[in-house]
Amino acid sequence: MKALKTLILVASVAVLGATAVTASDTTATLRNGPIDREASAPRFAKVENNDIKRKRAYPMQPPTIPHKIDGYQVDLRVNRCMACHSRRVTEATQAPMVSVTHYMDRDGNFLADVSPRRYFCEQCHVTQTDARPLLENQFVDIDELLKASQSGGH
Amino acid sequence: MKALFLKYWRIISHPSKHYSLGFLSMGGFVMGIIFWGGFNTAMEFTNTEMFCTSCHENLYAELQNTVHFTNRSGVRAICSSCHVPHDWTDKIARKMQASKEVFAWVTGSISTPEKFEARRRTLAEHEWHRLKANDSLECRNCHQFDYMDFTVQSTRAVNQHSTALAGGDKTCIDCHKGIAHRLPDMSGVDMAGLD
Repeated sequence: MKALKTLILVASVAVLGATAVTASDTTATLRNGPIDREASAPRFAKVENNDIKRKRAYPMQPPTIPHKIDGYQVDLRVNRCMACHSRRVTEATQAPMVSVTHYMDRDGNFLADVSPRRYFCEQCHVTQTDARPLLENQFVDIDELLKASQSGGH
Repeated sequence: MKALFLKYWRIISHPSKHYSLGFLSMGGFVMGIIFWGGFNTAMEFTNTEMFCTSCHENLYAELQNTVHFTNRSGVRAICSSCHVPHDWTDKIARKMQASKEVFAWVTGSISTPEKFEARRRTLAEHEWHRLKANDSLECRNCHQFDYMDFTVQSTRAVNQHSTALAGGDKTCIDCHKGIAHRLPDMSGVDMAGLD
């Protein structure tokens, strides 16, 4: 019984001590400050608005949006993106038409208009900002991988 | 009835017996200022945000999310900036039309958010037609084409503004719908302004 009490006491002291250490410690994190204090918020990054297509990191990647979309309404009533990107208007607007896969239902049948499952553009397509990455991006393009395997292999 | 009319006709068609010409003309002048000023003050009161939002608070809430309410330079639009002409004659004409809206208010034809949503498309169309007909006059009270600097606009904006807008084929409202309020059901409406 006495042994158990001692154990509990020692454990509590250890836990409290550990908490104290963590709280005062400036842990190396991405949050710019000690864990027990509210870090100052970073500035808002600027949204890219140059209308220049970015390279896709891999063939199936949904293309990014090279312009601002502030206040674009996409809901049951209206889809602001389709004001320029729908098949009907791309000649006048010279915006890229949404790809043909967006007109297919899940069974591969073509529909007259955009399929409901592809209606909400921002589910896949996003704007880009000038925010500096917190971590270095270690993505390697498939072409680089192929090149490496060809030269380094057999 | 005829006697009454004749009595007053005699009073206003004869020279005054008790009041001097100076008193009467000065009195008329002062009363003119009071009535004219009072009329304009009352009309301007109906142009204030406080007056509009005393009923249209839901639309005010929508406006608050847009660039016409808050932006980097702090220039903002109030309801009347866009919905009431700034020229006096046009303003009077619009205010006379608005008497119908007072009737709608009295009868409660749009007294709930549900009733408003049901009519949102119709009401939006009224405003689109009005702005189409006057070449987006209320937009242009602030956004003057002659002073637009294409070099600081985005490429897409320049493409549209330097062709369709410059040539007069299109006017602001053709493309810029729903910039201060949520859009209604837009099925069948051409949002790119091609029609």
